[in-house]
This record gives sequence, C-alpha cells and structure tokens, in this order.
Amino acid sequence: MKKITLLEGRAIVIKDNKGKAIDDIDTDMIFHNKYLHITEINEMGQYAFDNLQGWEEFSKMARSGDILVVGKSFGAGSSRQQAVDCFRALGVQMIIGESFGAIYKRNAINSGMPLIIAPQIMTENLETGDIIKANLETGEINNISKDQWLKKTNPLSEVQLDIYHAGTLFEYGKRLD
Amino acid sequence: MGKTIIEKIITNHTTEDVASGNIVWMEIDVRSARDFGGANVIKNLQKYYPNESQIADPKKTFFTFDCVVPAKTIGYAENQHIARVFARKHLARDNLYDVDAGIGSHVMIEKGLAVPGDTVVGTDSHLNLLGAIGSFGQGMGDQDIAFTFKTGKTWFEVPDSMNITIEGKPAPNAFAKDVTLGVLQQIGSKRALGKSIEFYGNTVESLNLAGRITLASMVTEMGGIIGLIPPDEQVIQYCKERSSREFPIYEADTNANYVETLKFDFTGLEPLIALPPSPANVKPVAEVTGKPVDSVIVASCTNGRYEDIAIVSKMLKDKKVHKDVMMKVVPATKEVFGLLLKNSLINILHEAGAIITNPGCGGCAAGQIGMTGKGEVQVSTGNRNFAGKQGSGETYLASPATAAASALAGEISVPEL
Repeated sequence: MKKITLLEGRAIVIKDNKGKAIDDIDTDMIFHNKYLHITEINEMGQYAFDNLQGWEEFSKMARSGDILVVGKSFGAGSSRQQAVDCFRALGVQMIIGESFGAIYKRNAINSGMPLIIAPQIMTENLETGDIIKANLETGEINNISKDQWLKKTNPLSEVQLDIYHAGTLFEYGKRLD
Repeated sequence: MGKTIIEKIITNHTTEDVASGNIVWMEIDVRSARDFGGANVIKNLQKYYPNESQIADPKKTFFTFDCVVPAKTIGYAENQHIARVFARKHLARDNLYDVDAGIGSHVMIEKGLAVPGDTVVGTDSHLNLLGAIGSFGQGMGDQDIAFTFKTGKTWFEVPDSMNITIEGKPAPNAFAKDVTLGVLQQIGSKRALGKSIEFYGNTVESLNLAGRITLASMVTEMGGIIGLIPPDEQVIQYCKERSSREFPIYEADTNANYVETLKFDFTGLEPLIALPPSPANVKPVAEVTGKPVDSVIVASCTNGRYEDIAIVSKMLKDKKVHKDVMMKVVPATKEVFGLLLKNSLINILHEAGAIITNPGCGGCAAGQIGMTGKGEVQVSTGNRNFAGKQGSGETYLASPATAAASALAGEISVPEL
C-alpha cells in the first residue's frame, strides 16, 4: 500500500532569538551524547533539542504532525539514529532543510522520515505556526497560512520514496529479495 | 569519462553503473557496531528478523567497544552486555573487541580488519578516518548497520568528488593537525558537504600514518563523507604486515571528474587552533596566546596515536604541567598504550603531572575521562568543540604540541620546537 505523498502540517522554523537561521546544528545539539544509552524510541522525544540554545523546550511545544524546518548542514556530526528518532517519537512528520549532514540524511531516509532539501527555505516568507503543505513527489511546498507557494525544490529521490512507502529500510529490503 | 577513487572503490563493490549521483547497492567488506549504537542494531535485527539468521557473514561482522569503556553508567553497561552476548553467539570468535581494545576505527587498521580499497561501515561518524589507508569507511546509523549485518550490503548514492592538493613545508612547530585545521579554515564546514575528498600534494605525501589519520578523521567536520589519501609504500607495507588479504591500490583516472579542484600552499604554515563553538572557526595560535587554560586533553581518534603522545612526552620531559591545569591523556588503542609503556613514555607523562587512562574515545562521547564544567577552558586534540558537546565549558582544538605547550604554560601557547 502506498502512503500519502501530500503532507500538511504546522511548520516549526528553527531560528535564533534574532530571527536568524541556525546553521550547523550538530547531532549533540539535537540529541546530546549523555542520552546515547537510550534504545527505546518513546523515551527519546523529551530530549530533542535540549542542547540547542533557545529551543530547549522544543519537546513540550512539538505536536504530532509538525513539520520541522531547518537551515544548512543540519544534523552534521555523529552517526546517532536517535537524532532522527527523537523527532519521530514526537510525531514530527517531515523535515525540510537547506542542507543536511550526509549520515543524518541517510538515517532519516532509512527510517521512513520524509526529508526535503530546499536550499533557500530560510529566506522564504515562512514562520513557526504557519500551516504548510508539501508534495514529496514534485517538491512543491505551499504556505497555506500565507497563501503563497514557496520556491520549488527537488522531490524525494526514487530510493527515498521507495523506502518511505515501504516504511523502513528493512521492509524495503524484504521487498527486493 | 574516467573515474575518481571513490568511484573505483564502489565499482569494485557493485554490479550497477557507478557515476556521481547514481544510487547503487554496495557490498560491504567490514560491518561493525560500537557500544554506542550496538544495542540499537541488535534491537532492530530482533524486531525485523525475529525468526531467521541475522548475520550474513559472521567473519565480516564486528563489535568494537570504545565510547564509554569500561561502562561508567548502568545504561552503557547493559548495552555493552547485550552486544557482548550477541557477539559470542553469532559472530566469529575473535570479532568482539571489548572495552579494553581502544577506538574501533584504529583497531581496524592495527589488526588489519580493514585494508585499502575496502568498504567499511560502523556506528561511528569518524569511521571515515579509514581514508588514511585508502579505505572507504563510513559512519551510519543503527538501522543502516543492522541492515548490513543482515544482508552484507546497503544502498549508496555515489558522491561527487573534490580534489585538494596541498603543497609546501609547514613551520617546524606545525603538524598534521595544523594542516587539517588549515584545510578547515579554507573550506569551512559545508563546502565538502556530502562529497568525497581526494588529498594530494607533497604536504599530504609527507604525513606518516598517524598524520594521515588526523587529516582523514576531520573530513567529517568539513562535512565530507570521506577523505581519501592514496597509500604510500609505508602505509601499504603497514597494511600488508597486518593482514593476509590481497588488496588493490586505486588511483584516480587522469580524466576523472571533480566538482571542485583546490590547491593550497601551506609553506611555513603556523600552528592553528579552532575556537569554540566550531571546528571551522580556525585562527593562528599566536592570535589567542595568553588565554588561561584549565584543562588539556590529548586523546581521540584524531590525535590519540603513539606519535601524537610521543610529541607531548618529549615536550613534558623533566617539566611539570602548570599547577592550574588538569592534563589528561587517553591512548587510542591497547597497542598504543603498550608502546607507551614499553618506551617508558607513561613515566614521563606521570612525572609531569598528567592523568593517563586506559585506551578509548576519551572525552568525546560522555566518555571515561570526564567533561568540562561551566567556565572551564579546555584545549583538546580532538575534533569537535560544539557548544555542550564536551560539557558546559569551552573547547579549543589544537595539535598535541600546542596542547602540551599550553599545559606547561597554563595558557594557550605556541609550541616551541
């Protein structure tokens, strides 16, 4: 069964208190190394961004269905899957960013978390609380709250869509055999 | 069109067409997990493959414990033991490197588990330091690793390649770490994002294996997926002595395609230091001298080799670390530790006032040798200084020589050699 590829949700745009995009958010800012022993996904959500200045309370504000919007080189750093899973635990349904750390991108793809690369999203007319709708197959993003289309981005790659529809890398792998 | 080194390595591990941007299924020669991530890997295997064999090849699959060794928290102890019991049951007899072994990526080089031209994956974002021997090491998350344990392969998007040539002889008090920080100063943390870097030039060629490890390890902080340094005779010999496997040495074709070709002249390069909170925030050490230092740590997969600690010992011989400085030394591996003992370097460090611990990742992963407190200024030979990463203090990244000079003076200092 195919999943829906038109996702709608509330955007949470990760900027600093001056309204500037925060680039280079490393995995220790997303999910600090002191929690790495945690293997249970349901326990991970509470620690999301608790080492990112200004966003320590993220886990309390996040709601199921939210769409995370981030700047450049998001998730650089360690290979920890928890840095993706902590958002899944909170129900974040998609991450849109200007660019991503290579391992982070793989981890998101493999766990079925849709991840869109939108190189200029931080300069767009988009703020936390706006409802946006993204088409995973075309890369089109619509800011419904502001009734405005954002710059078209690249859609999900074929393998990314395949894993997304399968659910995880494991399910996808089984289909290939 | 000719092929880059990474394209040649991947071509040798897939049946599909290899060109930048293509997604291919790639065979993995060495599959590993650490104490961090390891338990999650097993959890995934048990969840998705409950009633079937979970390991494609027990001989090619490894656990290497190095993050928190021995475990100082119950959580880590439990995770390690889950992996230990699993390894005893499912892997080849010698494929568990337990809490005494040291940093997994270094163990792989020393024990000949990885050889040039290999594809190697593990739950370590600095596993790409295997580029120091021309091997394609890649850190991955626990789902990826579980999948490779089970199937022996994974999907991979063939990356673009950058060609970086470094020429010139750095100043006598500048080392591989300074060359590495010099590259970071030039290209920052994003220019190589998702790319493979090939390093050339006489500055790179003159690096020994330890120096090559330093350079290759910090490609992660450059955003790159791998930094490949073509192995010289010395490296080839080292790998041959430690593995009975035959291995190819790949050279890029002369008409290979690079998205970017950069040339740096590092003649007379001065010692450099990365200021918090970013490894790319690089300045000459001379510009920050005099900053009081509370702690110094010589450790990590970037600068925890025998050669790194030997420089420190040489500088500390018959001297005392400044009374206000806590100095910590963590050898990368058991072999390094043994060599330090054998050559009596541990005595020198001890006499100078340093703390020396068993091998491992040191301070980087909430590790065995402590974190920094608020207001504490630390000079580290490691690779990351992001806010909060190593505690609530401030971390400066520098060479072992700069670290030693700063430990003696009690303030950030240019090493004099």
